[in-house]
Amino acid sequence: MSLVIGVPKETAAGEKRVASVPEVVEKLIKLGFAVAVQSGAGDAANFSDDAYRAAGASIADGAAALWASSDIVFKVRGPSAEEVGLMKEGATLISFIWPAQNPELMQQLAARKATVLAIDSLPRTLSRAQKMDALTSQAGVAGYRAVIEAANAFGRFFNGQITAAGKVPPAKVFIAGAGVAGLAAIGTAAGLGAIVRANDTRAEVADQVVSLGGEFVKVDYEEEGSGGGGYAKVMSEGFQQAQREMYAKQAREVDIIVTTALIPGKPAPRLITAEMVKSMKPGSVIVDMAAEQGGNCELTEPGQAVVRHGVTIIGYTDLVGRLSRQSSTLYATNLFRLAEELCKTQSVKSDGTIDVNMEDEAIRGLTVIKEGSITWPPPPLKAPAVAAKPAAAAPVPAAKGHGHGGGAPASGTRAAVMFGVAALIFWLIGAGAPPAFLAHFTVFVLACFVGYMVVWNVTPALHTPLMSVTNAISSIIAIGALVQIAPPLLGGGGGAARPEDWIRWLAVAGIGLTAINMFGGFAVTRRMLAMFRK
Amino acid sequence: MSESLTTVAYLGATILFILSLGGLSNPESSRRGNLYGMVGMAIAVLATIFGPHVTMAGIPWIVGAMVVGGSVGLYAARTVQMTQMPELVALMHSLVGLAAMLVGFANYIDPAASAHNTGADKAIHEIEIYVGILIGAVTFSGSIIAFGKLSARIGGKPVLLPGRHLLNLAGLLVVIWFGREFIHAASVQAGMTPLVVMTVIALLFGIHMVMAIGGADMPVVVSMLNSYSGWAAAATGFMLSNDLLIVTGALVGSSGAILSYIMCRAMNRNFISVIAGGFGTGGGTAAVKKEGEPAGEVTAISAAETAELLREAKNVIIVPGYGMAVAQAQHTVFEITKHLREKGVNVRFGIHPVAGRMPGHMNVLLAEAKVPYDIVMEMDEINADFPDTDVAMVIGANDIVNPAAQEDPTSPIAGMPVLEVWKGKTSIVMKRSMASGYAGVDNPLFYKDNNRMLFGDAKKMLDEVLVALKS
Repeated sequence: MSLVIGVPKETAAGEKRVASVPEVVEKLIKLGFAVAVQSGAGDAANFSDDAYRAAGASIADGAAALWASSDIVFKVRGPSAEEVGLMKEGATLISFIWPAQNPELMQQLAARKATVLAIDSLPRTLSRAQKMDALTSQAGVAGYRAVIEAANAFGRFFNGQITAAGKVPPAKVFIAGAGVAGLAAIGTAAGLGAIVRANDTRAEVADQVVSLGGEFVKVDYEEEGSGGGGYAKVMSEGFQQAQREMYAKQAREVDIIVTTALIPGKPAPRLITAEMVKSMKPGSVIVDMAAEQGGNCELTEPGQAVVRHGVTIIGYTDLVGRLSRQSSTLYATNLFRLAEELCKTQSVKSDGTIDVNMEDEAIRGLTVIKEGSITWPPPPLKAPAVAAKPAAAAPVPAAKGHGHGGGAPASGTRAAVMFGVAALIFWLIGAGAPPAFLAHFTVFVLACFVGYMVVWNVTPALHTPLMSVTNAISSIIAIGALVQIAPPLLGGGGGAARPEDWIRWLAVAGIGLTAINMFGGFAVTRRMLAMFRK
Repeated sequence: MSESLTTVAYLGATILFILSLGGLSNPESSRRGNLYGMVGMAIAVLATIFGPHVTMAGIPWIVGAMVVGGSVGLYAARTVQMTQMPELVALMHSLVGLAAMLVGFANYIDPAASAHNTGADKAIHEIEIYVGILIGAVTFSGSIIAFGKLSARIGGKPVLLPGRHLLNLAGLLVVIWFGREFIHAASVQAGMTPLVVMTVIALLFGIHMVMAIGGADMPVVVSMLNSYSGWAAAATGFMLSNDLLIVTGALVGSSGAILSYIMCRAMNRNFISVIAGGFGTGGGTAAVKKEGEPAGEVTAISAAETAELLREAKNVIIVPGYGMAVAQAQHTVFEITKHLREKGVNVRFGIHPVAGRMPGHMNVLLAEAKVPYDIVMEMDEINADFPDTDVAMVIGANDIVNPAAQEDPTSPIAGMPVLEVWKGKTSIVMKRSMASGYAGVDNPLFYKDNNRMLFGDAKKMLDEVLVALKS
């Protein structure tokens, strides 16, 4: 019996997106799931019930029927209190949640014993997680749409033209903030032929701006603005002063400003003052993509397009929804990739069951509630640049570090069995063996663990040198041969004559063989390591 | 030197060995790690020679054996080609195994070694000898076969005897039965027969075990034998009541076991089933035949066209495999890389954990060719980047880039993580012919629309590519 993925109709006002689209439904079914879609769920995004049916989904009439039959619910916006009430006990929910802003929702979901994967909590710095990054895919759509809205409101061409009717200068566009949305906006505006400038407090994005055809405008002030997780941080007063001057200058020069500046958990920074709006040319356009968080422009009215001082200020908060078919498709694909990850441990012969593997960094970050217990916030990831540790090395430190993770119960019985077996073996050894042996045995077991701890962290690139050095070290067995070559007489050997020659020759052979290994092993390791260079 | 001084010296050597393994965990500290290993070994050997267990009479013999063995070893280390590293390591494992056997026998026939043991002590001591020789023998013969397979003196295909699991089981039972005989033997002469019989069985078992393992699993086998050589040393340590040997053996043993485990995971294979052998045959071939060859045309490409593609690319990922090692093409690869990087092309390398014939084999070869290690990426680091890659160039690799592992659940390599080169805009596969890889599985990658085949010897073709690039 395969698990049912339910796709309800979004209930939030103005939300036109849907969490899965027919072509992705097909892939989910191939993965081994059954898919149920609420009747009319895709209407706003131009996906008809028939299209879903053709892709193999069943259509449920009404929200109640859908929620009741779904083991896993795919949604765009976090559920309302009412929807949480409809949810099957112990079901899994995948949607935007924003756990920091919605503590009540978290409590309600936890009370339903749900497992919740908040797509917004994905650790975005993991390159492996990018295919699941819905924030990125949706921001890209929004950035594109922002430029389209601006073009719509702007009374001129974007590209420069020389026609029989005269010369048209190209539009100048300034993009504030070069995150995903900003970069999409840069690309779109440049594609339309405009001259694009952009600025971001994080200096490292300058290359990305240039690569998309934009020009990076620097703030004349030295400060690094990279916060954690790829976001910007709040800057110092001196910097802000310099930044304001730069914006004022740009406002006088450009025709269109698109602002995308957001700082997580804080109101959007005020970048464009009323003064600057006044200084802009009549007919100019400002698209404020941060309108929902208060806006980057003082005069923005969230949700509306207004004209102030001859400048159209667009504060739509539903830019993504205005491209609902595209954004739904991208979002659906993000969720599909996530579903694949969840089935990964069953390898290819997936039977449509999922495994929320808390040892996987990406999944751990996503999972905000596991079987009713809140697991948000996750422990911090390692620094962005070095996050790409070999996957093989991850489980051990992870298992140790995430004490409050919810993964323990599943492996509990196995651990208990292993523990029991180990205890039995130790008891047998302890009961039967003499003390001298036990001392050696202790050393042996401890050394095994030391080896285990030491070797887990070896980078795969060094596996060959590691092997040749351990090989060289294993020629320590020479000691065994050395002590036998001519042992002192320890008070007679029970009368039996010691076959000296035999022992000597065996020992000499042993020493010779291990010497090959010893010298050869270290020498070859040295030769290899000398080659590794940056 | 007194007994206590020797013990303290051993302790120092142990610590140095641990530091040595720890130092190997990253390229920065690895050279020091190797140095620690050498110093530790020197301390251990000298402390033993000047310790209470060795008399002056033995020293000439020791020096003689050391000089002969040492020069052979150094000579081998100096002359070995980097592509032959796997063979050399396998051969060296066999030496450790053989030494463990010899030491075991020497210890058994030495009445002084077991003179004061009675009762349980004596039984345990004899079990230790027995087990030590057993592991040593398996390591020895297994490594010899692995050496033969790696150096292509023995065919890479697994040799599967009918009822091989039963055969192994019977061998095990015989070994246990003779072990009982051995412990109850009244004299050294009486105990010799079971010991020799067991040794022969162990040798046969080692041969049989490695013969049954296919070429694609060789990285696992090499690291497994590495682990065995450590356990052999540990068993010898128990036999001689020598903590240094126990600790060092356990270190090597557990590190080898972990490496094997990492390798197995990289191939999505169960450790037991690798050891049980028969990868890429049996069920595998049957499934492939039934499935039929992936239909379609392959598109060949010339060296000049390859150069053209590379020149126009922004992002290039090179995926080397055993074919690059065989053709000794790593230097040319680096020349091409250097040339492209100077032109501003972002060239990186994607290394599959089991590319080549031993763990980390490709990294060593690229390092030999002076490729900086920070553009050499692991599979997990680079797999997500293929969609943004203009050209993915596969040099002499096959199974590790086989999309069947993800797409065809009936494939013998299904579920094995692979480098997703087919997601690049273009992939170029350099191969001598259309022959299948070590796993004996056909590769649907070759028939993909965005794939081009560059047939010929990797070195020769790459040389041509380089010439075309420079012109």
